[in-house]
Amino acid sequence: MYKDYWRSNLKILSILLTVWFFVSFGFGIIFSDFLDQFKIGGFKIGFWFAQQGSIYFFVFLIFIYVYLMNKLDKSYKEKMNKNKSD
Amino acid sequence: MDTQSLTYLFVGLSFSLYIGIAIWSRASSTNDFYIAGKGVHPIANGMATAADWMSAASFISMAGLIAFLGKDGSVYLMGWTGGYVLLALLLAPYLRKFGQYTVPDFIGTRYYSNLARLVAVICLIFISFTYVAGQMRGVGIVFSRFLEVDINLGVIIGMCIVFFYAVLGGMKGITYTQVAQYCVLIFAYLVPAIFISILMTGNPIPQLGFGDTLVNTDTYLLDKLDKVTVDLGFNAYTENTKTNIDIFCITAALMFGTAGLPHVIVRFFTVPKVSDARKSAGYALVFIAILYSTAPAVSAFARMNFIDSVQEVNYQEAPSWFRNWENIGLIAWKDKNEDGLIQYSAGNALEGIKPDFSNEKGVSGERVTINDPDMTNNNEVYIDRDIMVLANPEIARLPGWVVALVAAGALAAALSTAAGLLLVISASISHDLLKKMFMPKITEKQELFYARCSAAVAILIAGLFGIYPPGFVAQVVAFAFGLAAATIFPALLMGIFYKRLNKEGAIAGMISGLVITSAYIINFKFLNIDLNSSEYWFLGVSPEGFGFIGMILNFCIAILVSFFYARPPKNVYLMVDQIREP
Repeated sequence: MYKDYWRSNLKILSILLTVWFFVSFGFGIIFSDFLDQFKIGGFKIGFWFAQQGSIYFFVFLIFIYVYLMNKLDKSYKEKMNKNKSD
Repeated sequence: MDTQSLTYLFVGLSFSLYIGIAIWSRASSTNDFYIAGKGVHPIANGMATAADWMSAASFISMAGLIAFLGKDGSVYLMGWTGGYVLLALLLAPYLRKFGQYTVPDFIGTRYYSNLARLVAVICLIFISFTYVAGQMRGVGIVFSRFLEVDINLGVIIGMCIVFFYAVLGGMKGITYTQVAQYCVLIFAYLVPAIFISILMTGNPIPQLGFGDTLVNTDTYLLDKLDKVTVDLGFNAYTENTKTNIDIFCITAALMFGTAGLPHVIVRFFTVPKVSDARKSAGYALVFIAILYSTAPAVSAFARMNFIDSVQEVNYQEAPSWFRNWENIGLIAWKDKNEDGLIQYSAGNALEGIKPDFSNEKGVSGERVTINDPDMTNNNEVYIDRDIMVLANPEIARLPGWVVALVAAGALAAALSTAAGLLLVISASISHDLLKKMFMPKITEKQELFYARCSAAVAILIAGLFGIYPPGFVAQVVAFAFGLAAATIFPALLMGIFYKRLNKEGAIAGMISGLVITSAYIINFKFLNIDLNSSEYWFLGVSPEGFGFIGMILNFCIAILVSFFYARPPKNVYLMVDQIREP
C-alpha cells in the first residue's frame, strides 16, 4: 500500500524532472544555439527558452505536481480508510 | 514635489508600514519565533518566500548584469528559478512533514549525530553571512544615491528597522512584513518596466515588448540591439560567449544551491499542512517569476537606452543621471580623444578597471581619475553594472514618483532578505547550538531570549559588513551557492530518498563537498587570481559553477563511505518512512 504510493510518487517525480531538465538545460543551453536559427516574432527560440520560456515551464511544472500529488494523496487515504473499515 | 521629497515620503511610508506590522504580529513562543506557529496561509507564505528570496541582488543587480552579459546572463534567470522546482518536488513537502524548526535540525536527527548537525550549522552560518553582507551594501547604495545621506547612516537606519521587526516578531513578524515588502517591491519593479516597454515598443507587457518591434519602425528591438552591440565591438546581445559546459555548471550550481539555501527552506516549515508546502512553493515561484520574467526585458531596454542616450553626446549636455552617478563614483568618463564627446564601446575605459577619483575637475568639468586611461581601446565610459535598474527610470525620463518608488522597492528587497537570513542564523545558534548541543536544559522562555539575543548580535555583525564592506563581497557570492549545492542539498536529498545513508557517509560527503568547493573557489578567487581563466579550470568549469562538481563528489563519497559502516538504526528507517507518507 505504502510502497505503491511511494512508487507512483517517484514516477511522477521522474517525469516532471525530465521535463524540467529539457526546458532549461536542454532548450536553454545544450540545444540553444541550434534553436536560435528559428524565430518567433523578435525572439530567437533558444534565447527565448533561456530568458523566458524555462521560467514559465517551471511554474507550470510545480502546479502539475501539486495537482497530481493531491490526487495521489486522496486515493491513498481512501484506500487506507477502506482497509481499516474492512 | 521634487523627486527627493517624494523618495523620503515613499521610503518613510513603507518603513512605518513595516513597523506597524511588526507590532501587530509579535512572537510569544519559540514556535512563533522560529516558524510563525505553522499558521501561515500558502499564498501569504508564497509572497513572503518571494520577498525573502529576491534580494538586493535580484532587484538591483540582476537586470544590470544581464544587460551587459546578454545571453550569458541567462544562467541567473534559469538558475534562480529552476531551483524552486527541485525544492517543491524533492524537499519542501518532506521537510514540512518532519515538522521541526531548522535545517540543521533535520540533518542532526536524520543522521542521528550532533557532528552532522554542527557541520550543517557551520555551512548555514557561512552561507547566510555571505548573503547578508551583499544586502547591506544594497541598502547603503540606495540611501546614498536617493536620500543623499551618508552610507553609514543609511546602514544604521536599515539595521534599526530590521532589528525592530526581527527581534520582536521573529518568524511571525518577518513573514507578514515580507508580504508587505513583496507588494512594494514588485509594484516598484513593474511600473518602470511597463512605462519603458510602452515608450520603446508600444507594448504594455514587458515580457512581450522586448520581442517586439521598436516604435515607428519594422526593426525588432533585439535585432537592433545585436547590431548596435556588435558595431561597438561587443558580442552580439543574443549570443553566448561562455562555453556550454560552463553555462551548464553555473546554472546547475545556482539551481541546486537555491534548493539548499536554509533561509528559503525554512519558509516551508511555516505552513499548516504538507500539501500546503507544495502549493506554497508553486505560489512562491509565480511571484518570483513575475519579477524574473520582467528582468531580461528591463535588461534589453536598459542597454539600448543607455547606448542611445550617451553615445556621441557632449559631456556638458549629458543627461543629469550621468553626472549624479558620476558624483557617487559609479560612473566615470575619461575623454581619451579629447573631443568633449562621450564614446562608449567594448574594453575597459581605465587601467585597473575601477575608477580612483582625485578631487580635481577636467576640461569639460568631469571628475578626474588617478588611474590612467587604458589606451588599448577607445571606450571612454566606466559604468558599474549595479546601477542599471536604479538609473533606468531616469535614463528613460520617467516622472519623479517612479524614481522614488524604485528606491522604496530596492530597500524592501534588501531588508526582507536580510531579515530572513538573520532569523535562520539566530535560530541555528539558539536552537541547534545551544538547546540541542551545549545547553539542553534551558527552558523555552530562555531559548526564546537567546534567540532574540543572537538575532541582535547577527544584525550588529551584518551592519558592520555594511559600514566596512569587505572588498570581496562580489567574489564570495559564488561561495554561498556553491556551498549550499555541495553540502546542504545532497544531505537533505539523500536524507529523504536514500534510507541506507548512515551518519558516516553523510558527514564524509558534506565535509568533502565543503572542502573541495572552498579550495577551488579560494584558489581562483583569492590566491591565484591571474590564473582564473578557462585554460586552467577543471574541465573548463569556472569557480561560479564548481558547486555542481562539489555536489556530485558529495553524492559519490557519501554513498561509497556508507557501505563501509553499519546501516542506520531502525528508528531512522521508521522516521524516513513517516516523512514519506502523506
